[in-house]
Amino acid sequence: MADSATETAPEIRPIVPHLKLGETRDQDRLFGSRCSNCNTLYVGPRLFCGKCSGQGPFTEEILSTEGEVWVYSIIHQATPYVKAPYIAAVVDLPEGVSVNTNIVDIEPEPENIKFGMKVRMYTEEVSEDKEGNKYVAYKFCPA
Amino acid sequence: MREVAIVGASMIKFGRYPDRDVAQLAAQAGLEALKDAGAGMKDVEALYSGNLYQTSGSGQRILQQMGQTGIPVVNVANACATGSTAFREAYFAVASGAYDMVIALGSEQMGKQGLLGSRGDPATSLEGRVGSYMMPAVFGMAGMEHMRTHGTSQEQFALASVKNHYHSTANPLAQYQKESPLDEVLNSRVIAYPNTLLMCCPTGDGAAATVICSAEKARQFTTQPIKVAASALTSDPFSDRDLTLPDINTLTRNAADIAYETAGVGPEDLDQVELHDCFATAELLHYENLGLCGDGEAGAHVASGAPWIGNKIPTKYEEDVAPYVDKSYSPKSKAVVNASGGLLSKGHPLGATGVANIAEIVFHLRGQAGDRQVENSKVGLAHVIGLCSACTIHVLQK
Repeated sequence: MADSATETAPEIRPIVPHLKLGETRDQDRLFGSRCSNCNTLYVGPRLFCGKCSGQGPFTEEILSTEGEVWVYSIIHQATPYVKAPYIAAVVDLPEGVSVNTNIVDIEPEPENIKFGMKVRMYTEEVSEDKEGNKYVAYKFCPA
Repeated sequence: MREVAIVGASMIKFGRYPDRDVAQLAAQAGLEALKDAGAGMKDVEALYSGNLYQTSGSGQRILQQMGQTGIPVVNVANACATGSTAFREAYFAVASGAYDMVIALGSEQMGKQGLLGSRGDPATSLEGRVGSYMMPAVFGMAGMEHMRTHGTSQEQFALASVKNHYHSTANPLAQYQKESPLDEVLNSRVIAYPNTLLMCCPTGDGAAATVICSAEKARQFTTQPIKVAASALTSDPFSDRDLTLPDINTLTRNAADIAYETAGVGPEDLDQVELHDCFATAELLHYENLGLCGDGEAGAHVASGAPWIGNKIPTKYEEDVAPYVDKSYSPKSKAVVNASGGLLSKGHPLGATGVANIAEIVFHLRGQAGDRQVENSKVGLAHVIGLCSACTIHVLQK
């Protein structure tokens, strides 16, 4: 039994629980969970509500692919497998939730990034583990 | 609840101790605090030990060095607020009447480990692929939020480093005692914009300890008991963005409200503050969170001279600071901030920090802070924040 589990074919997986993969990369979407008791929307799956202490149920909602930069930082001292400098940011989505992300396709200099700047999400494979599973991450670029 | 006093305080010089283990560092701080109190292990009824990375059993290993008297040991972990949370537990143990004398001790051995290391399997790590979750990014973005809301500049944030590094030159216990003029701070390499290397605290090894007892018992040991006038601990209340970008402000404001009300003092009554300047950006945010100035005034506050030792800009830095002086600004609080040099100079061995901040205030209230002494200090506040998220504030009085 252990053998059959280890012999499964490598998969393409989302790197975060709040990304839902489609048939093709242009169909990948971020999703949230809305508390049926207090209406609070969370990014990703959720079992309990940190605002109203409710136990759900939570309704899944697909989130917009366009948002605005709330704040950012330009990371020069990065973890070893990441190319630096890069832009880390918090992007607000029109549904009223925020996500952590990288902002790409801009030179990472403060004068190039504006608070409130409109950005668009896309996804791509970013890594592969020892079993050959591939991981897809989302990023934002200028809209 | 009865009145509680600190009768002993110590801090070992923060730095790197590759030839010592953490229990030895902690025991040195603990024994020095007992000596400072004129007490011995026979007087101690419990140990509250804060340590983040070596938590399990660490307090017991410290007693193997300090004296195994069989007393209860409570090991505490609460992010960067670990040491101050241990102090708070010790405070309540005495305030409740359960014990008459206890030790609160904070220790950490981090070696050269930074706050940037990769965690877990690199293939599935989010760090740098889906934003950044490391402290430099979090506090960089917290500063950017202030920049967005109030127009604060990188230079204004950097002035906190100029001030704290200047203060550190008079603190022999600080890991670094090196001044840094504004251009040096701004020209050091960027870690996470707007924070440069000299706007980030160093990590290292360290320990600090306090001996706490009932106010009544304190008279047997000292003529200078330091009263614990308030102990506040908060966590972060729900907000929409907090789960994405930790909100370091609201829980500090909530803790400040509780602490000021309990102690019956306001920010204008404080002579000094040791606040959690893990990054230069954080220091300015906390001026406002602690009510030392109004919202949006932090940049003007640091340039006003108020939070500097002596309440004025030293002559040699007048030129650096001049462009940021707001002549229409009048400081609400003249509390000197981070006379120790702050985490930015003193270092930040996580579990030790919270107790060290309290020990620093004790040194000043007793008039024993040497060349960095805040003149005639009577009321001090020690603030610590750890993500995600714990905030402690203690108000100490002569």
